[in-house]
Amino acid sequence: MKSHSVVMLRRNFKHIARNPITVFNAVLMPILVMFMFVYMLGDAFSVGVDYVDYAAPGLMLLAVCYGLGSVATSVNSDMTKGIINRFKVMDVSRGAVLTGHVIASVLTNLLAIVALVGVAFLMGFSPSASFLDWLGVVGIVVLLGFAAGWLTVALGMAAKSPESAAMASVPLVLLPFFSSAIVPAEKMGPGLREFAEYQPFTPIIETLRGFFAGSPDTGDVIVALAWCVGIGLVGYLWARATFTKRA
Amino acid sequence: MANLAITASGLRKAYQDKIVLDGIDLDVRAGTVFSLLGPNGAGKTTTVNVLTTLLKADGGTVRVAGHDVATEAKAVRAAIGVTGQFSAVDELLTGQENLQLMVDLSPVPAKDGKRIVTELLERFDLVESAQQPVSTYSGGMRRKLDLAMTLVGNPRIIFLDEPTTGLDPRSRRTMWSIIRELVADGVTIFLTTQYLEEADQLANRIAVLDQGRLVAEGTPDELKRQIPGTHVRLRFTTVAELDAAARVLTDATRDDEAQALRVPSDGGSKSLRALLDRLDEYAISAEEFSVHTPDLDDVFLALTGHTTEAAK
Repeated sequence: MKSHSVVMLRRNFKHIARNPITVFNAVLMPILVMFMFVYMLGDAFSVGVDYVDYAAPGLMLLAVCYGLGSVATSVNSDMTKGIINRFKVMDVSRGAVLTGHVIASVLTNLLAIVALVGVAFLMGFSPSASFLDWLGVVGIVVLLGFAAGWLTVALGMAAKSPESAAMASVPLVLLPFFSSAIVPAEKMGPGLREFAEYQPFTPIIETLRGFFAGSPDTGDVIVALAWCVGIGLVGYLWARATFTKRA
Repeated sequence: MANLAITASGLRKAYQDKIVLDGIDLDVRAGTVFSLLGPNGAGKTTTVNVLTTLLKADGGTVRVAGHDVATEAKAVRAAIGVTGQFSAVDELLTGQENLQLMVDLSPVPAKDGKRIVTELLERFDLVESAQQPVSTYSGGMRRKLDLAMTLVGNPRIIFLDEPTTGLDPRSRRTMWSIIRELVADGVTIFLTTQYLEEADQLANRIAVLDQGRLVAEGTPDELKRQIPGTHVRLRFTTVAELDAAARVLTDATRDDEAQALRVPSDGGSKSLRALLDRLDEYAISAEEFSVHTPDLDDVFLALTGHTTEAAK
């Protein structure tokens, strides 16, 4: 059954290679957003540190989320065009099709983040993270990638059409803007501030900031891990249930 | 019972309060073509989904290849091949890659895989386009590839859900001859269709599905005996002419409202000439002459008292 996942992953890679525009989007858009915020708007926000240092962790989350729309769409078209039914009748292990999508999504995320961090360095990003802190960053990013990936796969399968699947992932793309990614939560208006403080992305971003500053806050790390595991678990169980139920 | 490939009894399925299958009983002998005939929304796809383990029925039992679909789904899946209503092909892969994907996912040994793929491409006349992405294929080619993918594991029972819907007449003929070849190899085929002609051409037995119930079942000949056969319709301008024609053509049925006669006929040129000669002999001329072959609508009207449209 392991090998079925490999076959599926290979299929997803071929899709990406044949339709490179989706990866191009996933890699390029976050970099463009970074240019926009750092060069155009960055001077207007006073955040106490160099703006690129402040914004980079949040933009990494944005990079994870940007790739998700195309994942939801391709999962949904597998579902609605009958390919998943074909796999089900062939007794392909339940996880394999979905795992293929999730792993391809995580790898796209990593590519986007490596490109983003590379450009951030060129723009003066200067973290004081140790090797272990960097490992922590990678760990959180991969964990979030899996969590968001499973949730997106579930959204994609539950949606009626590829178009509505793409729409369903829009909140995930917008959520980083309503967190401490771009400006600190305490600078936001009442209501929005509370939302920004308690939504899952804020502790994840604060954790990344902590790692980059070389002094991660244990409380933030635990909350971030809990959110990632929680989101991932909900996504995974929902995706599997939908896979079994929908014909 | 050993030679029954598919048996179903008392099959029921409802979505919320909408009853889709209302007690279906089916027996399909191994090595035959069984056709489920019905209009859109009759429950054909739901039946196929239940028989192929994709959907759990609310009630009733189904055995496919001797295994219960509810409790032995794995064994059933190993024995069947399914071609769904929409071509389940991967648009971004080439034809050859699609077949290879099926080989990789089936228990077929890897060393036989290449040979199987080549054979199927040749058999379905897809060699030339094998390296093209499927998104460039025509509807007929997709359907052929779809069926080729189903055949990778050499299944002995094949479900085809409306395999020719949306195909042009030529592609439809090709699909029919492929299905006949499969039957010649001893494969059992469960076919759903909206076309009476298709069921008539291919099936050993036909069951007519209407609003989740089987309203008739039998061989194509038995079924056709229950419905108005091919006939010629003659329309006249005056009642006098109609009366005259009715006196000559004694086996015809009168339709006074339309001033028309319905004359049973096989629709062949010989019998048509005989009919025309007879009219000529008595110097009767019809204003309009048309040959009418029964279609699904006639079947429904005859069996249920309503047309396929009213079925919705």
